[in-house]
Amino acid sequence: MTSHVPAGATSKGRKGNPAGRRALPLPGPGFWWTAAVTVAGVLVALALSSALIAATGGSPADSVAALFQGSVADATAWTSTLLYTAPLLLVAVGTCVAARSGLFNIGQEGQVLIGAMAGAWVGLRLAVTGPALLVCVLVAAMLAGAAWAGLSALMHRYRGVNVVVSTLLMTFIAQQVVAFAVNTPALLQESRIGDGTLAPQSNPLPPSALLGSFGEYPALQVNGGLVLAVAGAVIVAVALSRSRWGFKLTMLGHNPDAARHAGFRTTLLGGGALALSGAFAGLAGAVLLTSPIGVNRLQPGMAMNIGWDGLLVALVARNRPLLAVPVAALFGVLRSGGSFLAATGVPAFLVDVVKALLVLAFVAPPVVVGMVRRRRMARAGAKPVPALEEAIA
Amino acid sequence: MSVIADNVSTILSSGVRLTVPLALAACGEYLAERAGTMNISVEAMMLGGAFGSIAVASATGSATTGLVAGVLIGIVIGFVHGNLSHRMEINTFVVGLVLNALVLGLTSYLITISTFDSHQVAQVSVPWLRDIPLIGQPLFVERWPAYLLLVIIPLTWWLVERSRWGLELRAVGEQPQAADVTGIRVNHRRRQALLWCGALAGLGGAYLAVGEVGIFNQNMTAGRGYIVIAAVIFGAWRLGRTLLGCLLFGLADAMRLALPALGLTVNSQLLVVAPYLLALLAMLIFATRNREPRALAQPFQRGSA
Repeated sequence: MTSHVPAGATSKGRKGNPAGRRALPLPGPGFWWTAAVTVAGVLVALALSSALIAATGGSPADSVAALFQGSVADATAWTSTLLYTAPLLLVAVGTCVAARSGLFNIGQEGQVLIGAMAGAWVGLRLAVTGPALLVCVLVAAMLAGAAWAGLSALMHRYRGVNVVVSTLLMTFIAQQVVAFAVNTPALLQESRIGDGTLAPQSNPLPPSALLGSFGEYPALQVNGGLVLAVAGAVIVAVALSRSRWGFKLTMLGHNPDAARHAGFRTTLLGGGALALSGAFAGLAGAVLLTSPIGVNRLQPGMAMNIGWDGLLVALVARNRPLLAVPVAALFGVLRSGGSFLAATGVPAFLVDVVKALLVLAFVAPPVVVGMVRRRRMARAGAKPVPALEEAIA
Repeated sequence: MSVIADNVSTILSSGVRLTVPLALAACGEYLAERAGTMNISVEAMMLGGAFGSIAVASATGSATTGLVAGVLIGIVIGFVHGNLSHRMEINTFVVGLVLNALVLGLTSYLITISTFDSHQVAQVSVPWLRDIPLIGQPLFVERWPAYLLLVIIPLTWWLVERSRWGLELRAVGEQPQAADVTGIRVNHRRRQALLWCGALAGLGGAYLAVGEVGIFNQNMTAGRGYIVIAAVIFGAWRLGRTLLGCLLFGLADAMRLALPALGLTVNSQLLVVAPYLLALLAMLIFATRNREPRALAQPFQRGSA
């Protein structure tokens, strides 16, 4: 979206995948403006957040200290931050894939839940022992997430249903499917021990189905989920910028008609991208289920808005998988630091406000700079540059 | 009156009361979608309206002032959404998601650190009519803003279907390029539609807070905005059917709340999911009839095809 050259010009006389150039944009006209406006936007967002804290009787400095304390001050805090980073990054990477093909998947929250449900089913019911069980759990979650997103792709293909709307509606359906599963003893509800009442949750997963961590408590621990997530980000980044598949996907995103005329099987390509983004969200669900972030049981509330936040991560990272790594870490910092905020008398909900303002500060500048440039050129009588800016959609 | 009739009347009452906020917001969402904005920040508008109404009612001691404040907050959110997506040209779904997250975070933050008094607007019961068996109590004993629907529904219909403004609005939703050529300011008109949507969704949220419940809870609307969107889709972008969808979804919600008390075991997940499932089915079944505004959710930019 920060590409400031017309679509045709990038590929001229260059080798490799022209779309790959977009991953490292040369500072063209408008680039520095975008950067400057972004910095200004972030400052405004932080100022507004501080003003909110101050206006409600809190101390902005104390809040920043608490955020810092809870997220990066010591090894324990880092461990918790990185635990949140992994699923956020997985969701964001998937979002990047779908967005690159021009499809806007906003149903990650549901795909995360469905992935976790499939993972729990396999982890609890499959008679496999050893680390193979973990692999089965992760694969099942990916397949389930892909299938859930794939349904939206099918509805789009055969009935022309808007992908954004169907993925959104499918999220609420997924929530109730999971609620049904953990409320039905025949499906995934926990088994009765003694004569206590049954809670709406599954049994805990067996230890062999859990993701291990590197490092010992209380030192820094890096969970296997983070390794998966970073590896996924790198693979997707390389595939998008260097492979033929990535080129086709980007072309489809920019100009579906051109892609069709070039002979690409656009339906398969777009549907596959949507399913792949669902697979990443499903994998994020499996990571939530099998890493020490929660209680290793399937619970209706276990997605914890990771799906929605992962989507925001991708927006801030402007659909670049590698940029999503630091952004996901930032969102992880906000999440793990948020729990420390309450001690200073500032409700943890503050981080939600900060997150929303930050997203706006990152999303608006390239669009605004592009718009100002177009208007200026139109006023000067020049032919306006075709709009690449709104390619988020 | 027999026990069964009593129970039916109770469920109907609760169903109508749950329908009113949906119907108010749906009138706004319907108009915004006819203008071509798939407005998912309707959730933020309702939640903001609910919070604003209680906060202002608590500060001024007047529930009616609170109701007006709820409408104003809805308009402000509509104004922000309109300017971000139809002036600055940021993707409308992104704007909607961010606004939903922002308003949810902000209202949750503010309600945690402050306490508000309980305020409710007056109840009006229509003499004679309220004595009709079965439907008398549900339809004619309501908090007074519910009766605003009697004005708002015909007004919305007239605006969209009969006024010149509405004709241009529909043109903007169907063929923005053509509308632009005839001199209609497309994005201006879409922003106006969002203001109307904000006012009504804010009113719907305020009705929920100062009308029904009297207090504000964290995430009070709990996804009602998304149900409104589902209702508009279910209604195939026609006002009457949209309102029918609202009534259906309101009744489903009432059934979910009432059935356990009646000793009936019913799958509550199925009732919760009904609006979304029906909306999806409606889209799947009626997709080929091309009912949706053709430029729905497509940004307009002069000079681009």
